[in-house]
Amino acid sequence: MSEEGKQPAARKPAVSIEKAQKARRKFLQSVGLTVGVVGASLLGYIPVSSARAPHLRPPGALDEEDFLASCIKCGQCVQVCPVAAIKLGDIGDGFGIGVPYIAARDQACDFSCDAVQCILACPTGALTYHKPDFLGVRPGAPLAQAPLLKAKAKDPEPRLNLKERFGLARLARPESCLAVQGKGFKGQARGPEFKGEMRYVDVDRWAPIPVREHPYEREICDLCVSECPIADAISLQATGDGRFIPVVQEQCVGCGVCEMICPLETAAIVVDGRAPWQGGA
Amino acid sequence: MGRTLDLIRGMLGAAPKKPEKVSEKVQKIMFLKYEDKDRYIKEKLHARAHHATSHKWRNRRWAVLIATNLLFVFSFWLDIQILEGALTASRFVGFHLIDLNSALHVMLAHKHIIVNLFIGTFTVFLLWVLLGGRSFCSWVCPYHLLAEWTEKLHLWLVDRKIVTDHEFHRGTRTVFWLLFALLSVVTGYTVFETLSPTGILSRALIYGPGLALGWVFLLLLFEVFWSRRAWCRYVCPIGLTYGAVGALSPLQITYHVEHCFHEGDCRKVCLVPHVLDVTVKGRAAEETLGLGPDCTRCGYCVDICPTGALRYEVRGLSKLL
Repeated sequence: MSEEGKQPAARKPAVSIEKAQKARRKFLQSVGLTVGVVGASLLGYIPVSSARAPHLRPPGALDEEDFLASCIKCGQCVQVCPVAAIKLGDIGDGFGIGVPYIAARDQACDFSCDAVQCILACPTGALTYHKPDFLGVRPGAPLAQAPLLKAKAKDPEPRLNLKERFGLARLARPESCLAVQGKGFKGQARGPEFKGEMRYVDVDRWAPIPVREHPYEREICDLCVSECPIADAISLQATGDGRFIPVVQEQCVGCGVCEMICPLETAAIVVDGRAPWQGGA
Repeated sequence: MGRTLDLIRGMLGAAPKKPEKVSEKVQKIMFLKYEDKDRYIKEKLHARAHHATSHKWRNRRWAVLIATNLLFVFSFWLDIQILEGALTASRFVGFHLIDLNSALHVMLAHKHIIVNLFIGTFTVFLLWVLLGGRSFCSWVCPYHLLAEWTEKLHLWLVDRKIVTDHEFHRGTRTVFWLLFALLSVVTGYTVFETLSPTGILSRALIYGPGLALGWVFLLLLFEVFWSRRAWCRYVCPIGLTYGAVGALSPLQITYHVEHCFHEGDCRKVCLVPHVLDVTVKGRAAEETLGLGPDCTRCGYCVDICPTGALRYEVRGLSKLL
């Protein structure tokens, strides 16, 4: 041991104590910097692993873990969306920073683009038409058939190239639903201040307009059913004595239009990101 | 070849070495330079007196950096669609461009590469092989520009002895590169992207500001009050990735020992002063030397050199002309 200790001292030129201390301090500070920055980066785990409700991701998104891994955080999906439904995560989303999501109540995906442009725009396949086989499929995610877009009903190919749902609508507050109470609705669905947009085929087949410019008048409120862009995704069922209940069907893809258009202060119907279809209730 | 390897080692963190052998030509140059001390000093003072302080390359570089970032911004805001996306990945009139470090981390985290990702990465790889790797840092990265501005504040404070610069070991950046790569593989998340001020700033410019700018602000504070240009010098793996890519780039800044008075002005303005170690008296083994892969080709040294000993050059082209 003592021999080994002597050898380097013999070979190395003498270093002053001050210099050695300086080098040591520099080394320790470098270690401190490394630990600090890597530690800060790992804080990104907290929002990802916490149990709060998952974001609604854009159509064609891979399952959450794969989506966060494969998304390159460039926002090209944001740029192509005609209704600006896609937002990017902030630092509060941890590893989800810069990753796209949809805040459906503010602006839902209404498929104004007809072709799911965000998927086309994605350079890494985080949003994809064709999920690689090895990634597997969540139970309750596959759609029985490609969703039929009402706006394209007369086109030769009216169906969207979507194989899985990205969310699922749920009547969260049936007691406040106007149809359940047998009430109608008249006026702007979300008031005069609402900035959200939607494509109304009878107004303009190609360009979305602000929802506030398209007032409604309904004997029984059925906005979630009539404005749903997908055929057979939701229906209004009579419960007798002039009351109705919106029932979500298996074709629901989770676009969130029902949540956006619900005229109540707090939406009675909401979309749960990544929620599986459990055979109807 | 030996020097290329030494330069790569230097980029990874090794201290610059004195050359073992200095070529005869350089020995002759040095001999002639110091043969007549009075003449040497006169020439030096003459060169100083006639050197008009220039910001030519800095101004060109800032113009390119700002224009590039604004092209991203306006492509979205004004819908002119020339350069869509952000610095991490984009399309230039439809062609995929993907940042090499971001692409690397997506590949490591996701462990699956699709064609578009490969095409975009390859295009950008070729681009920066030609343009000099780390030129990305000084000519494109928006954080570099902010850090340059706050660096001036830092130097002002240092000058007044209000703060002192704390240097870290340059090898720390190599450790970071490896750790972040490892974290991407192990966690399956692109961990580095959470903190990357390059991505954060680029997205903030294009898609609007967010809380993430707070992190960028903290980094700048750290650089002002604790350690000069700490992020770019000791942390950022993007710089190392591009450094490796530009290792054999034809576009470089070259040093001509014949014209140098070894005063060291260049080393004081440089982000990576170790690449300018050759400008120390007795360190240049050849007449003309490239500064190597860690040089960001920012041109501060070219601007400040009173004698034109440092120049932008395209390897091979100067011989041809």
